[in-house]
Amino acid sequence: MFSILKNDLIAPKLHRIVVEAPRIAAARKAGQFVIVRESAGEERIPLTIGDANIEQGTITLFVQAIGTSTRKIANVPAGSFLLDVAGPLGMPTEIKKWKRVVCVGGGVGTAVLYPMAKELAAVGNEVKTIIGGRTKSLIILADELSQFCQEVCITTDDGSLGTKGFVTDQLANLLDSPDTRPNTVLAVGPVPMMRAVAEQTRPYGIHTIVSLNPIMIDGTGMCGGCRVQIGKETKFACVDGPEFDGHLVDFASLAKRLSMYKAHEEACRLLAS
Amino acid sequence: MNNHLSPKERLAIPRTQMPAQDPVIRSRNFSEVNLGLAELAAIEEAQRCLLCHGRNCVSGCPVGVSIPEFVGNLASGNLTEAAGILQQDNALPAVCGRVCPQESQCEAQCVRGKKGDPVAIGHLERFVADWAMSHSENLDLPSNSKPSGKRVAVVGCGPAGLTVAGELVGKGHGITIFEALHDTGGVLRYGIPEFRLPKEIIDIEVERLIDRGVKIECNVIIGKTLTLQDLQRDYDAIFLGNGAGLPVLLGIEGENLNGVYAANEYLTRVNLMGAGQTVNCSTPIIRGKKVAVIGAGNTAMDCVRTARRLGAEEAMIVYRREEAQMPARLEEVHHAKEEGVKFVMLSSPLAVIGDENDWVKALHCQKMALGEADDSGRRRPVPIDGETFMLEADVVINALGTSANPLLTSTVPELQLNRWGNITVNDEGATNLPGVFAGGDIVRGGATVILAMGDGKRAAHTIDNYLSTLPKTVS
Repeated sequence: MFSILKNDLIAPKLHRIVVEAPRIAAARKAGQFVIVRESAGEERIPLTIGDANIEQGTITLFVQAIGTSTRKIANVPAGSFLLDVAGPLGMPTEIKKWKRVVCVGGGVGTAVLYPMAKELAAVGNEVKTIIGGRTKSLIILADELSQFCQEVCITTDDGSLGTKGFVTDQLANLLDSPDTRPNTVLAVGPVPMMRAVAEQTRPYGIHTIVSLNPIMIDGTGMCGGCRVQIGKETKFACVDGPEFDGHLVDFASLAKRLSMYKAHEEACRLLAS
Repeated sequence: MNNHLSPKERLAIPRTQMPAQDPVIRSRNFSEVNLGLAELAAIEEAQRCLLCHGRNCVSGCPVGVSIPEFVGNLASGNLTEAAGILQQDNALPAVCGRVCPQESQCEAQCVRGKKGDPVAIGHLERFVADWAMSHSENLDLPSNSKPSGKRVAVVGCGPAGLTVAGELVGKGHGITIFEALHDTGGVLRYGIPEFRLPKEIIDIEVERLIDRGVKIECNVIIGKTLTLQDLQRDYDAIFLGNGAGLPVLLGIEGENLNGVYAANEYLTRVNLMGAGQTVNCSTPIIRGKKVAVIGAGNTAMDCVRTARRLGAEEAMIVYRREEAQMPARLEEVHHAKEEGVKFVMLSSPLAVIGDENDWVKALHCQKMALGEADDSGRRRPVPIDGETFMLEADVVINALGTSANPLLTSTVPELQLNRWGNITVNDEGATNLPGVFAGGDIVRGGATVILAMGDGKRAAHTIDNYLSTLPKTVS
């Protein structure tokens, strides 16, 4: 049993929860994730570790309540428990001095991006961040990011906050000039966004890292459900990833595989309503 | 009960048949297929044992169960004694009685098998173990020696780890098992389906170990949550039984289409997560009307029979050799056939074919013929030029096997591995690192439950000796 100390709604359907998990807090590195099961009979859900506090023995998770199981996790109030939290899983983000880094976050992807950006800034990179969402209420962590980023650029589809448009528009501006062009780009968000970013940086040959979130069960490489096509190779996102070279990821196949259980999810929604 | 029968009288008793659920009914439910022997039938079967002096059956058992003794006591109706002997020798008798390949182990050595049918040792083991479970309140737990003050960490709660734990807790050592998943049993729970090994059996066997003092911590991944170095600091000895790992990929076009599963994923969804077994289970599974399973081992049989139970109209085994070469247990093949599974032999997959939405629609196969014998003595399958065919399927399951999982081993570069990434051990189950022992699939690659248990038993013996060489701990 893992105690939930805090549960805040930080954007519509997006919860930030602080979980007591001292061993994971001590072992975890940026880019790693945990597998959470809310209660007996529930799905095992992979969630990125957004932050950790070793002294307090806590980890922070961002949960987007979109499916049946994620809704259940998001609805556990502070003072209550999650049955299972296992991790940290996956390979940590490669933290090194790239010099100039641009981090691009879309929606809840910004939460995944946050610990990576923080670590990259801590080792002396010049980090700029572009975060986007459909509308103002979906923009998260802008203040937190601005504490260590040289610049935090916000875009919304409807123009309700920051610049109207997409994150890719802002990235295009930075790529345009040799003075602002980054050595490395990190992109985390919906599949179409990550694909678009990878296509944008490809002509410049800029090292581009994306963090993938395919369907997973055990998270230790045993089941092979999270396999993704990276160049000519099949990789397991849980043990080889979740971060991969964006120029090698087969995004089309990833998107198809993510839709594998759409019918089931629809049936669950109908049953629940 | 009278066990004073003449050899002639014993020889005259025919082998008892295991009663089973009707094939048509069971191919649509997850309840256990074999129903177990009734007490009188079990006693009569036990009386078929000639109590020969050779005790060959024991040498055929990887954990060395005192078979003639427990069978002899059963034949005399001394069930309490039979249960005591069995539980002393085997930490998981109700599991072994169900999933061991007895036909190639104890029963293969039985003298009665030289002329006729061997004693049904597996069925008897199951009977005695089940009897012991339902009479546990009247039976004593195997006694533990007085506390040694030594602590042993066991990595992995599968058959190897549970055996080590059972053996060493009996010697008075403090045992903690670390399990990566959220539940106990390892492959017994995520791999073997309910219809072959009910989860309740695992629960009871694990509970018995906990009652004897074994501690189990789930959700702890050694190599990730804690390191081997953490364990070396806190424990006097460590047993690595973290199991098989990554699925071996098909390596053919279309492997990542929707509807293509690795056997581990398919079985884990159903067995560990309950997909398809309960109406409102939150973990989904693609049921499939035509399911093709590639491979012919026990895992393949488990997949194909699960597919039938999930409603497949056609559930098929696709195998590149012939039936006689299939590595699965005879009983599984027999049961699969009774349940309407189709066997597509001498066929090797070339590609998985998808529809316009990237869902599986067929398996493109190569017709094979058997050529010369290979190193394993089995005739090598060779393609028949130009003979390929399409097998319609909406779910394809890859049951080719697994390779070593590097999750733990990659974090311990000084630990010696073989060229396939499996941990190297000596005959006693010791690795090259002092105080670190290993067994089961992480050493053998994909093997059986009982071989893992045999490793566990042997390693436990070695660990006990090792601990006795350490200075006494002051507590």
